[in-house]
Amino acid sequence: MTTVSDPTRTSAGVGVEKWLRMYRQMMAIRLFEENVNELYTRALMPGLAHLYIGEEAIAVGVCEALRHDDYVTSTHRGHGHCLAKGASPKLMFAELLGKEAGYCRGKGGSMHIADPATGNLGANAIVAGSVGIATGAALSAKTLKTGQVAVCFFGEGALGQGVLYECMNLAQLWKLPVIYVCENNMYTEYTHFSETTAGDIPSRAAAFGVRAETVDGQDVRAVHAVATDIADRARRGEGPAFLLCNTYRYRGHHVGDINREYYRSKKEEQQWLAESDPIKNFAEWLKSQKHADAGALSTIDSELRAEMDKAVKFAVAAPYPGADEVDQDVYA
Amino acid sequence: MPETGIREITFAEAVREALAEEMRRDSRVFIMGEDVAEAGTPFKVLSGLVEEFGTSRVVDTPISEAGFTGVGVGAAMTGLRPVVDIMFGDFITLTMDQMANQAAKVHYMSGGKWNVPMVMRTTLGAARRSAAQHSQSLHAWFSHIPGLKVVLPSTPYDAKGLLKSAIRDDNPVIFFEDKMSFKLKGPVPEAEYTIPLGVADVKRIGTDITLVGTSSMVQVALEAAVMLEQAGISAEVVDPRTTWPLDEHTLIESVKKTSRAIVIDEGYGRYGVAAEIAATIAEGAFHYLDGPVKRMGAMHVPIPFSPPLEDLTVPTGKTVFDTAMTLCGRS
Ligand SMILES: Cc1ncc(C[n+]2csc(CCOP(=O)(O)OP(=O)(O)O)c2C)c(N)n1
Repeated sequence: MTTVSDPTRTSAGVGVEKWLRMYRQMMAIRLFEENVNELYTRALMPGLAHLYIGEEAIAVGVCEALRHDDYVTSTHRGHGHCLAKGASPKLMFAELLGKEAGYCRGKGGSMHIADPATGNLGANAIVAGSVGIATGAALSAKTLKTGQVAVCFFGEGALGQGVLYECMNLAQLWKLPVIYVCENNMYTEYTHFSETTAGDIPSRAAAFGVRAETVDGQDVRAVHAVATDIADRARRGEGPAFLLCNTYRYRGHHVGDINREYYRSKKEEQQWLAESDPIKNFAEWLKSQKHADAGALSTIDSELRAEMDKAVKFAVAAPYPGADEVDQDVYA
Repeated sequence: MPETGIREITFAEAVREALAEEMRRDSRVFIMGEDVAEAGTPFKVLSGLVEEFGTSRVVDTPISEAGFTGVGVGAAMTGLRPVVDIMFGDFITLTMDQMANQAAKVHYMSGGKWNVPMVMRTTLGAARRSAAQHSQSLHAWFSHIPGLKVVLPSTPYDAKGLLKSAIRDDNPVIFFEDKMSFKLKGPVPEAEYTIPLGVADVKRIGTDITLVGTSSMVQVALEAAVMLEQAGISAEVVDPRTTWPLDEHTLIESVKKTSRAIVIDEGYGRYGVAAEIAATIAEGAFHYLDGPVKRMGAMHVPIPFSPPLEDLTVPTGKTVFDTAMTLCGRS
């Protein structure tokens, strides 16, 4: 069965403090990514990066429904997932600049942030590359009876990979506590998903008997509500779930993808920005509910700006790894 | 080698011209892969082809490397001539069953009755700060399998002539392009030509040492040769251009003349293309050698992201020069 989540259904029992944390987390991701873009344009960051701007509600809505020790796997567009699961901006920036202080000693870079302390099994630059890893983590959780859940984030491009279906089948057969979160931001690199995706997306998971849900990925409250449901359900041993989040990436496929009109119109971009900004809309809601006034939110924003500034400065000043690092950690 | 004084185009343009010419010549030839049509691939190598040939011959696929490679094999067996595009060489791992168990074996297993006239175009090479899953040079994997041919062009001229031959070949051919070479310019005649698979090219004539370079490492070998010349050592640079078929004769004859050899290939040195070529030389020119045949390749580590580390993993003109000086007893 596939269900579309009811937009009015929001988690009962979520208090003001948690709502404000979600706001802070989303804004932290936005500001982090803006700084990444800046580091790229100032030629301070080697290589490229794929920004998560516009999709913040998904990572935050899902991760706020998780325990600290739950597992996540991420993608090439992974900064948001890592931050939402608790990574430190300072150590992430350092990694993005290839510095020794970074999460992976500079060896991984933007697409490979991994951090056991926050349950982050690693971002992955192979589309669908982490589906097996997340499903395996769920097998461990079940076998070792740890009560953990594993969340596998991926873009709709991963729907093209057979390994996803092999793993969903296993997960349902073995009732594994794994949640497949499909972030449909409408485009793979430069191709609209309708040109590469036949049929109905959640039905693919439902065909295996996997619980399938669809949610507005721009609405952090809706994402959080359904994520809480399916995470609790998985934790109770009732099996895997598939969560389709409809969203939009506001920027290019990567930081260098500037002229996009050959694959999507400016008008379409502007419409998403104007109507569906997950942070702006959530801020409006917070104010309308009197959970926060404009002043309180802008205090959060400026605290975060200061934190990001400091983190960037730290990363820029940090040293590169020494040459002898190059052949360390090939084997355990 | 092309004559001098003719127009210069980039490596990417040479690839595009080869494809366009073959698609005009033979309506069975078509391209299939991720973001090949309007986007013309992330490297823009195919820009403009969809405008000329339309979306039925420049076909965007889902991110399904195993699937569309398999479709390529079947289409090749039954009357089409697919050029399958695998965006990064790292993703060939996803196509391995289709290539190694299907494409490579169909002709032999059917007693010569079915053919797979398919080309797979993909990339190799590090140095783009793209980390471990976007920087590998995995051409040895395919070179290992009987039934597959593997092409490693190093110049625009070679890229065009070899790709045209690959498309006309009745076997599965994998064509590896160095990502760092796409903007490399070189002379390419406007008139039609092809280069047969299995013929090496001597990129520079010399007498004291043979530097065998493949793909991205040909330029590195040439750089080293210039440095060696200043040190009074005359280096010959040989580019095999295909790892299979392999032009053993040209390699062995060069080393018989120079009596020293270094093989430089961007894949891993261990169990790699450099190892195989070094063994071929050692067997064929054993009595002429003044020293061991040296292999130089990617350091045996996953390619690190951090620039100062990544730079250590790939041979450079300087490291080849140093190795050559040692081999020549000069350091
Ligand atoms: C197996 C594989 N094929 C191709 C690529 C190249 N690639 C990187 S990102 C991307 C598009 C991914 O689209 P999607 O999964 O929807 O994620 P998004 O970038 O939209 O977040 C492609 C084709 C890859 N990294 N891995």
